[in-house]
Parts: sequence; C-alpha cells; structure tokens
Amino acid sequence: MTDVRGRSWRQRLFGANTLWIGLVLLALIAVFGAIRPDAVLTTFTLQTTLVETSVLLVLSVGMTYVIITAGIDLSVGSVLVFSGVTSAMAMNAVNDGNATGAGWGTVLFGLLVALLSGAAWGLLNGLLVAWTRIPPLIVTLGSFGAALGAGQLLSNGSNVSGVPEVLADGLGTGTWFGVPNLVLLAAAVTAVGALVLATTRFGRHTYAIGSNEEAARRAGIGVTGHLVRVYLLAGVLAGLAGFMALAYFRVASITGHDTDNLNAIAGVVLGGTSLFGGAGSVVGTVLGVFIPAVLRKGFVIVGVNVYWQPIAVAIVLVAAVWFDQSRRKARNQR
Amino acid sequence: MAEPLLDARDLVKNYGGVQALRGASFTAHEGEVVSLIGDNGAGKSTLVKCLSGVEQPDAGTIAFAGREVALPSPTSARALGIETVYQDLAVAPDLDPAANLFLGRELRRAGPLGWLGVLDKKEMRRRAAAAFHELGVSIQDVDVPIGALSGGQRQSVAVARSVVWAGRLVFMDEPTAALGVVQRERVLDVIRRVRDRGLAVVLISHNMPEVLAVSDRVEVLRLGRRVARFTAADTTVEELVGAMTGALSQEDA
Repeated sequence: MTDVRGRSWRQRLFGANTLWIGLVLLALIAVFGAIRPDAVLTTFTLQTTLVETSVLLVLSVGMTYVIITAGIDLSVGSVLVFSGVTSAMAMNAVNDGNATGAGWGTVLFGLLVALLSGAAWGLLNGLLVAWTRIPPLIVTLGSFGAALGAGQLLSNGSNVSGVPEVLADGLGTGTWFGVPNLVLLAAAVTAVGALVLATTRFGRHTYAIGSNEEAARRAGIGVTGHLVRVYLLAGVLAGLAGFMALAYFRVASITGHDTDNLNAIAGVVLGGTSLFGGAGSVVGTVLGVFIPAVLRKGFVIVGVNVYWQPIAVAIVLVAAVWFDQSRRKARNQR
Repeated sequence: MAEPLLDARDLVKNYGGVQALRGASFTAHEGEVVSLIGDNGAGKSTLVKCLSGVEQPDAGTIAFAGREVALPSPTSARALGIETVYQDLAVAPDLDPAANLFLGRELRRAGPLGWLGVLDKKEMRRRAAAAFHELGVSIQDVDVPIGALSGGQRQSVAVARSVVWAGRLVFMDEPTAALGVVQRERVLDVIRRVRDRGLAVVLISHNMPEVLAVSDRVEVLRLGRRVARFTAADTTVEELVGAMTGALSQEDA
C-alpha cells in the first residue's frame, strides 16, 4: 500500500519546462544557422551575443529569486543606472575628477560603491515589501522612478565618463582563453545563483514563501527577513550589473536602461518561472534570457527588420504564461 | 486518572468588545484522543490558538506536563512538542511531500556544504518515506509537487507533518472537513495510530459520528466556556448536541 518511489530521470526530464524552453532555443539557433551558416555559427557571433547578454543575465538571476517569491522588481534597470553613476563618480572623486588612468585599487573601490548602491535600493525595496505589505509592483515602481531620478540628480542628467582604462580593458573587453571576462563573471554569478536556489535552505525557503506564504510562516520560516534578503540580493546584483555595464561601455550611461526590468522579467518568465511564485529555476532563466537575444541577433544576420524582435518575443512570452496558467489550473482542479 | 498533559484553566480572550473565551478550561492526557466540540462561535478556534501559541489569552493559566507555561509564539509551543494541523491545509503546493514534511526544519548535509546551507535532500526523502509508511499514508511519488496530489493525500501529508514533529500533543482543526469517505477513514486511522504512539490528540470537528468513532473523551465548549465532559464510549450524539446547544449542562465541567 505504501509504495513510495521517485520518478525516473526520463519522467523528470520530460516533465520539466526547462527542457522545452531549451528545445525552443536550439530550434531558433538551428533555423538561423540553416539560413546563414556562414554568419550565425561563428565564434564572433557567439562572443558578441554572450557579451551583450551578460549584464541582462546578472539582472535576471536576481529577478528569478524575486519572482519565485511571487514578487516583482521593476527597479533593476534604474538601480543599474544609479549604481553605475555612483561608482563612476566615486572613482573619479578619489582620482581628482578623472579616473581614466587609475589603478586596480580604484576599480575595487568602484565595485564596492556599485554593490553598496545596489544593496541600498534592494534593502529599501525589501523593507517596504516585507514590512509594510505594499504590493511589490508598487514599491518597485516607486524605486524604478526614484533610483533613476537620484542617478540623474547626482550626474546632472548626463553620462559620467572617466572610467579607468584597466577596468574597461580588463573586465569590459578582456578575454580569458577566448572567453570574454564579462561572460565569465556573468556565468559565475549565474552558477552560484543556480546552486543556491536549487540546493540550499535559502533556496528552499524562497520557493516555500512563493508557494504559500502563510504555510511558510506557520512552519516557522522567517518570511519577513527572507523577503528582505531576496530583494537585497536583486539589488546587489543590479549594482554588479551596473558595474559591468560601466566596464563594457566605458561610461556610466543614464539612458538605455528603461526596459531592462521588462527584459529581465520576460527572460525569467520565458524560462519557466511562474509569476504566481513557487516554481522556476535559474537554468530556465538562462535559456529564457537567450531567446530574445538570439532572435535579435538572428533577425539582424538574416536581414529581417529588427523591429520584429519585440513582437516575436511578445508572442512567445504570452504563450508561455498562458501555458503556465492552464497547467496550474489543471493541477489545482484535482 | 493520571496527571493531565495539558491543563488549561479559566482562559479569557477578548477581541475588542467581543468575548471569545469567558473562562474556558480544557484538559488533554497522553495517549488519548480528546475531541473539542461546540457550535460555531463557541470559541473552539480561539481556544486552540491560545493553546498553540498563536494568540495569548488575557487571563487564565496553562499547565503543560505539570508545569505552568507561557506560550508567547507558535515556536515556543513547538519547542514543548505541540503541533497543529490547520483547517486550511498549510502546505506549499509547489513543493514535494518530503519538502513539505521538512518545511522550516530542513536537514543540511554534514560538513562544510551543510555550513553553507546545502540541503540533504536524499536523507529528507528517505525519512519522509519512512514517516509516511509508518503512518499508513500512501503517496505514490515523493517528488511531485503536492498540489498535484488529491485533497486527501494533501491533508494526509499535512497531518503527517505535524505528527512527525509533535513530541507530545497534536491539535487537529477539522482535519477531515474537505475529504471524501475513504480519505476521511484514512485520516482517522492516522489519528488512532498517533494516539497509540502515546501522543495526545485534540480533534476539533463538527462531525458527531466521527467524534464518537475516534475519540476517547469529548469536551464541549459553549459561549466561551467548557459546559460538559463525556467519555466517548458512554455518550450519544443526542447528548453531545444537547450540550452544544445548551439543552444539557453539567455542574462540574
């Protein structure tokens, strides 16, 4: 009567959303590759696609945690801008106004400032969400505007230049055995994020809170503190992303990050993480982030008007959420 | 009779102007199932909340294992070996049965990985399977989300979770309310097994035949006070209903 067993690896594999998203991604690459094998399947295309996606990937790892708690963080793009501005200005400030020629000490200081700036916004988001119970959509919509405004106030509304050469050449455009350093950093962050989510108590509690907050509370999980830490994590990663963007573009840019938040959310949701909370994975997010990136790159290479890309992403996104919703409905009807 | 495990006396609890408990008393012994019954609004839920640390009574005393205790939080009740099964299935539907069983009490790996918070999923799954087996809970898959299980299985997991962790006493608030006949019988079986392990089980239920079928004793609450106590074997549904509605009362309750 008590026949307790696990599912076979085959059942698990085919039951997982991640597999299907991976197949969609492979299919996209195959289609573009078949049309222009000479241009698509090259090291250069691979490198540029990876580099251009690194910053978004780091944002999306934090976003995955937030969405699994059934929350949302609209502020990540603005926090990225704010952290880039404070970091660049701080590095300039300790180098008489221009850090271009500064050394690694300055770079480390700049990194610290970027991380702390991100942490401050993340902490604010987390405290407001967890303590006041204001919906995360509203809290982070507020900090989305406020962080960008604060960044513009600090920089007088213009980009901040003076990024150290060693940072731009090292992290920004440097490579290690052919792999861009920016990609390596993003991959490391992603790997740690994936492991923590999948194997640790912190990850387990993240899922539990998103699945049933009241159950988590009654089980003795410190829900309030955990939520603060999750938004803090998203903020710190946005700070790191700001530093990475700084290294790559050699300037702390005010513009161009208005839709980072939506791109990150789209990647996370495409990757099979449920907006209702409780389910998802960082591995899925990696695949989900690359689907829009591959579409964009592919459209450029095969000569499709690139404005088709957001439309294509939109269709896939809505389909993905619809799929998730009907699956849940079917399950809960039992 | 032996010294009671739980002995609450003259508990008072006010919510604003509403008196939910007006000097309610309650007793539970080890190795017995005692049912707490009463009409809607009699104060059953409030009493259980006070006894499981969710709410604090305004007046009255609670003695546990012969010692007077304060229960400022559910955690403090849990530390005494008191667990609660909630009416509304406090489980995480996206997690598997083993994860739900160990929710908030996850086992970590030995050594440095454990210090980093890495879970010992294999051991949790093994222990969960053993616990389900021991309680006669039949779960086909230990690694599917609990939301994909039937209502009865979900409730069985919720019951099993409390029982596994309860050292001394389990409150069960309408554990069979949403279940079919067969599933209900399964849960009642689990309740009997728990009692036979020497725990005290407090069952809150509206189903009188069920109360008489599984309980050793019955205590009746009416308007925030204990109005009657029965030995289940010597009473009838009519007597219980009489006590609940006020048609019958006992002087010494």
